[in-house]
Amino acid sequence: MSTTAELLKGAAELFPDEVVTQAHVRHLDLPFGAGRFALITLDNGFDHTKPTTFGPQSLANLNAALDQVEAEAASGAVVGVGITGKPFIFAVGADLKGVELLKNHDEALAIGKGGHDVFKRLAALAVPTFAYYNGAAMGGGVEVGLHCTYRTVSKALPAFSLPEVFLGLVPGWGGCTILPNLIGAEKAVSVIIENSLNQNKQLRGKQVFELGIADALFEGADFLEQSLLWTAKVLKGDITVERPEIDRGEAWDQAVAKGRFVADSKVHGAAPAAYRALDIIAASKDGDLQKGFDAEDQALADLIMGGELRSGIYAFNLVQKRAKRPAGAPDKNLARPVTKVGVVGAGLMASQLALLFLRRLEVPVVLTDIDQERVDKGVGYVHAEIDKLLGKGRINQDKANRLKALVTGVLDKAEGFADADFVIEAVFEEMTVKQKVFAEVEAVAPAHAILATNTSSLSVSEMASKLQHPERVVGFHFFNPVAILPLLEIVRGEQTDDASLATAFAVAKKLKKTAVLTKDAPAFVVNRILTRFMGEIQNVIDEGTPVATAEKAVEPLGLPMSPLVLLELVGPAIGLHVSETLNRAFPERFTVSPNLKRVVEAGKRGFYVYDSGKPELDPEVAALLQQGDTVLTEEQVRARVLDAVAQEIGLMLEEGVVAEAQDIDLCLITGAGWPFHLGGITPYLDREGVSERVNGKRFLAPGVASVPA
Amino acid sequence: MPRTVRDVVFVDGVRTPFGKAGPKGIYHETRADDLVVKAIRELLRRNPGLDPKKIDEVAIAATTQIGDQGLTLGRTAGILAGLPQSVPGYSIDRMCAGALTAVTSVAGSVAFGAYDVAIAGGVEHMGRHPMGEGVDPNPRFVSEKLVDESALFMGMTAENLHDRYPTITKQRADEYAVRSQEKAAKAYADGKIQQDLVPISVRRTNPEAGETGWGLVTADEPMRPGTTLENLAGLKTPFRVHGRVTAGNAAGLNDGATASLIASEDFARENGLPVKMRLVSYAFAGVEPEVMGYGPIPATEKALAQAGLSISDIGLFEINEAFAVQVLAFLEHYGIADDDTRVNQYGGAIAFGHPLASSGVRLMTQLARQFEEQPEVRYGLTTMCVGFGMGATVIWENPHHKDAGGDK
Repeated sequence: MSTTAELLKGAAELFPDEVVTQAHVRHLDLPFGAGRFALITLDNGFDHTKPTTFGPQSLANLNAALDQVEAEAASGAVVGVGITGKPFIFAVGADLKGVELLKNHDEALAIGKGGHDVFKRLAALAVPTFAYYNGAAMGGGVEVGLHCTYRTVSKALPAFSLPEVFLGLVPGWGGCTILPNLIGAEKAVSVIIENSLNQNKQLRGKQVFELGIADALFEGADFLEQSLLWTAKVLKGDITVERPEIDRGEAWDQAVAKGRFVADSKVHGAAPAAYRALDIIAASKDGDLQKGFDAEDQALADLIMGGELRSGIYAFNLVQKRAKRPAGAPDKNLARPVTKVGVVGAGLMASQLALLFLRRLEVPVVLTDIDQERVDKGVGYVHAEIDKLLGKGRINQDKANRLKALVTGVLDKAEGFADADFVIEAVFEEMTVKQKVFAEVEAVAPAHAILATNTSSLSVSEMASKLQHPERVVGFHFFNPVAILPLLEIVRGEQTDDASLATAFAVAKKLKKTAVLTKDAPAFVVNRILTRFMGEIQNVIDEGTPVATAEKAVEPLGLPMSPLVLLELVGPAIGLHVSETLNRAFPERFTVSPNLKRVVEAGKRGFYVYDSGKPELDPEVAALLQQGDTVLTEEQVRARVLDAVAQEIGLMLEEGVVAEAQDIDLCLITGAGWPFHLGGITPYLDREGVSERVNGKRFLAPGVASVPA
Repeated sequence: MPRTVRDVVFVDGVRTPFGKAGPKGIYHETRADDLVVKAIRELLRRNPGLDPKKIDEVAIAATTQIGDQGLTLGRTAGILAGLPQSVPGYSIDRMCAGALTAVTSVAGSVAFGAYDVAIAGGVEHMGRHPMGEGVDPNPRFVSEKLVDESALFMGMTAENLHDRYPTITKQRADEYAVRSQEKAAKAYADGKIQQDLVPISVRRTNPEAGETGWGLVTADEPMRPGTTLENLAGLKTPFRVHGRVTAGNAAGLNDGATASLIASEDFARENGLPVKMRLVSYAFAGVEPEVMGYGPIPATEKALAQAGLSISDIGLFEINEAFAVQVLAFLEHYGIADDDTRVNQYGGAIAFGHPLASSGVRLMTQLARQFEEQPEVRYGLTTMCVGFGMGATVIWENPHHKDAGGDK
């Protein structure tokens, strides 16, 4: 048994639950008398809903297949070797479940080296090798093809990526080294770094060809036939594959520098993966592949043993799996059909909601407001947005006609809501106003209609308390921008019944939102944590720490934006309003910053001016600030802020605001854009020891979002 | 409004390799619609001068029009093949003569002036759709003795044809079958067949059927080169005790698809498309369903009469070999020798297989190749028997002949 086989056997023993991919070897006669050919099919035996992955046993199977074809290639029994996937799937890379099980650096090193050792054999065969990217190809799936002499790709391929950096790894089975040497550093950086950090952007088949990753592009209908015909022509010398010369000079260094700039702007140095990948790309400039592979092994092992990757996989599983099965949602069979939607209010938020319901549910949507002008403006907004979609080719004229016909605006709620199944209000954030609106809606809407509120901070139970049927009121809290942020906090009031809640979850699913069930607690989840976080930043500023120090203190977290920039985005007035709400609920922990009050009273909409191209504290804001004389260091500020966040989350879990810490993290990732490398936040708080320090215990068991004991 | 009948030509034809129906067959895990889609795509690739937007019709035949052979296959196959949405399509059924009827139907429309160019073909996946799947014969067939009970069982009708021609013995049928295999093997060796085959990628997940994973089919699976009379002598006669029809002197149960381009001659020439055969006449005829193998004889009589030709004018025959006896009955009727070199020069369905509704275009594709090679032949004929007592014949003129296009 080869050392590779032994290595993989040991790895396979650690991972008994692997969904094993077989590497079938089948022989065929190429057209045009080009000779006998061995084609390897990667197939885990399931349909396309369970994509093919590489765990250690899968790699061992591929290794065994390569034993066979290596001998055949050496003896001249075959003139070439190909590799392809089952229908719709090529291979989607390493099995993340297996990665999570790795407990020490040696095990992690073994899996990196094992993959290299197997894949490298494709390049070392005595005959040319061909990868046929027939369907989804990611990570190790892409990389196994990179080791081949030639590649073809299907025009129908929907998703192709090296998503490792997105998760917290590097493309470590050859990707970091081979790709820049195949297509040049600039394009490689765009695939490995930019796409990964741009919400894991996927390439389509045509782009894979245009980037030069594949040598030929064929339509999906007879992709494999055409690939094999092409193979025959290449082997017979009828087709010569030409690849452009790679610029190994200045351009290479510039590409890496650009990659670092992109990484800095996305993760601010807080997550190591992108930088490790860039180091390898930079070093692979001399074309020494083995040196690059060794560096990949080391980077993989280091990252696999690091908290960022473990948090990344945890976060990935939250958004891929937990988001699809919301914790605490009632039986979905209880949901009632929603065939018409009412929206109270025709302002910007209400109009955005109307557009969302319209596009996803494709049912009549009625807007109401207090005067015709506002109603017309709301409907006009929706129509204009539909026209934009039409202009971009996202919908066709028929669909645009259909959607426009479905949205109407009326002044009379009785006329608009008499047959609505779901009415959502987005009126002024004031309890008495909202109670009045709901009372009016209840008077005209059918008895079964769900009454939903988009409140961000008011009590849903209180809002429902004066109604005849409070059991049908739910909180439906969206995040701005509504079209982009996936999170929807679904709030169960004290009297909300299961059928109403089930209907709310069913609607959320159709809206393609990530629904998280929360208790009717002040400001629910995201706003409560963000407000506590911001409040602590404001406190230290109010007490005397310079704004710049406070802002920089949390940079190492790699949040999408600094606290005050976030407050600008939310709007200082809204931020103040939420902090007042929470201050009323929890005066001992939530303060109302007098400086923020002054900024709001002065009518300022932000803290910074961008005249120089970089954000600088607005002198008018600076003039408003009245600070104490307690100046903290960045470390002190960071500790104070993180302690506050850990305390708040601990209390929220005790109160039962959500089912588990996982839901908090899911909310922060999908509602606030908090990064994967923090795992939301609780994995970070655990690994930095904050949870232990503040609450005396971890949020997550060891092994969850961390290296198992 | 005065009209002129237009000349119709066979531009080109291709087919998939044929497979054996059943769990070990090469196409067991391949959809029927994918087979015909790939044939259509190959046809278009081979004729880049044809702008797909100009295609007026896609007529696809299948006998069992359910599942992956249902859903108005001509339309769905067009979409799946990537034809423009503006190209319409329909399905057609005349059992074994499905593809042949697709050709004559669109040919009629071309002649009339309704179409300039059309795709006609057929598919039958007898593994996924065994003969008789889902049939529900009207009980009146039996109660009123409208047809003999053997009419629905093709092997029995072949035995009945032996009864009608007592001189056609099992020995003669077997000898014919051996020759068919020999001619097919030689045609393969000479590269006559492969040039019109579309390679098909096939998946196999059942290890009992052979190596698993993706493979590529580039040749007909049913062929049995080297078959001897001795091999055939011992085979069972499943349709009648002490009968004459065996698996060896009949076509098997097969999977496959064909596609052809039919156009007005003017259109073909204006668009730089090849003209491989010119349509002379076609005819269909009905006979007693229990001797359906007799069908080609009256169909040919009609087609010859229409064309003003006699059988002696026909220089090449492509007769579908559903059963050896059915070919022999035709030859006996016209006084042609069993081993006449004009007949099925490349061998026939006994060797290649007979995926029912697809076979008609295979006959034409082979006749077109023979026309190319033998410009001295002016007329050729494609004919086949059809279930429930029918025959179908198309007579073609060789455009490579010196007098082609002129008066007879």
